[in-house]
Amino acid sequence: MSPSQRNGAKCEVLFTVNGHTKQVLAYPMERLLDVLRNELGLTGTKEGCGEGECGSCSVLLDGMLVNSCLVPIGQAKGASIVTIEGLSTHALMNPVREAFLECGGAQCGICTPGMILAAVHLLEKKPEPALADIREGLAGNLCRCTGYMQIFEAVASAARRRVAK
Amino acid sequence: MRADPAEYRLVSPGKLQAVLSLLAGEPAQWLPIAGGTDVMVLYSAGKLPNRNLINIWNIPELRQIDVFPDRIRIGAACTYTALRGNDIVSREFPLLATAAAWTGGIANQNRGTLGGNIANASPAADSLPALLVYDAEVTLISVRGERRLPYRHFHSGYKQTALAADELIRDISLPRRFAGYFSHARKVGARNAQAISKVCLAALGQIANGTIRDVRLALGSVAPVPLRLNETEQVLTGKKIGSSLIETARKSVVKEIQPIDDIRSTARYRAAVAGNLVAEFLEKLAAAGMNA
Repeated sequence: MSPSQRNGAKCEVLFTVNGHTKQVLAYPMERLLDVLRNELGLTGTKEGCGEGECGSCSVLLDGMLVNSCLVPIGQAKGASIVTIEGLSTHALMNPVREAFLECGGAQCGICTPGMILAAVHLLEKKPEPALADIREGLAGNLCRCTGYMQIFEAVASAARRRVAK
Repeated sequence: MRADPAEYRLVSPGKLQAVLSLLAGEPAQWLPIAGGTDVMVLYSAGKLPNRNLINIWNIPELRQIDVFPDRIRIGAACTYTALRGNDIVSREFPLLATAAAWTGGIANQNRGTLGGNIANASPAADSLPALLVYDAEVTLISVRGERRLPYRHFHSGYKQTALAADELIRDISLPRRFAGYFSHARKVGARNAQAISKVCLAALGQIANGTIRDVRLALGSVAPVPLRLNETEQVLTGKKIGSSLIETARKSVVKEIQPIDDIRSTARYRAAVAGNLVAEFLEKLAAAGMNA
């Protein structure tokens, strides 16, 4: 435990990613974002700013929306992570995907995985969100293409589709 | 320059005593990390001076909110989401609940902690003016024992704190005696979420028989530390709110603050806005007093 050791050592991290148990050997300060992309090949999680401002790297950690660029992998031991790839089997994914397509909620696509994670996180907590709830729920996700209105409309539309079912 | 993770260590003792022993064994070597919303930003930019980090995210007693008849005790690693979801915080400490909602977006609220905001000691932090007006007290803990310190004595200068090298913030206590106060919070920034304030205000007031019985004002981003406006409060106490008092208050606020020019705003703009925010609060307080 002496900090005089110059270098850290790799550690084994056992965690669940998209429902599958994964074991990786990583330096504990490696970012969850890098482990997902580089070790596990889950490149749907994007790096935007790398400092927690843009939301492109959003994932769910034990059900909580987090920026994976701000989570050291050493803090993800035993956690359950859901990335955009893991949402494909989520009940909310179809209505959200259809609504994003129909409303023009995606353009260049870099923000889209994070937007969808944030939208699903919101709809899980508030199935019938008001516009103010949608704006707040997505406020940590920046988009430089759409001007946001199409995205807000997509989330509102996804909520309506789901309620209509 | 991006940080190389091979040069850093992160240990997870999982128990408070073990964390304190590490801090005491090699003071100033270890940096506690909770949700990482400040630490990881510095780390990724290669600007983190420490090479050795201790995980305190998984220490249960730091994540608890305990309610007592006379106070509420918030574990230092409670997140903004936890604060927003707590009934007592929402009902009796609305300035803190509002500041928690202003901080970052949802993802950062899920990870950012009140203790981290205090330890990071930014004069622009949104939650700190609320702690000042609510007379918060912090508990600092080390292997030497614990000490309680009024929060107003915690910041000694820009990014300077009373925290010793072997100490950790354990909790923040707020006395439950402000529920009857009129409260007003206002942030002026480029954007509500994810934007650091140009100026933010937390204010409490009580009117009795048409005059101000008690008033508590604190501002962020106008001085090297989050600033309680003691002199302006004294000027206002016992007075009847009217246009001349509001002008006096505005002048007193400008005299009391030390704003600077930086990337987000200018000293001149901040001084004007600080005066305006206090004036707006007084107008609202007067209206609330009329309706009471």
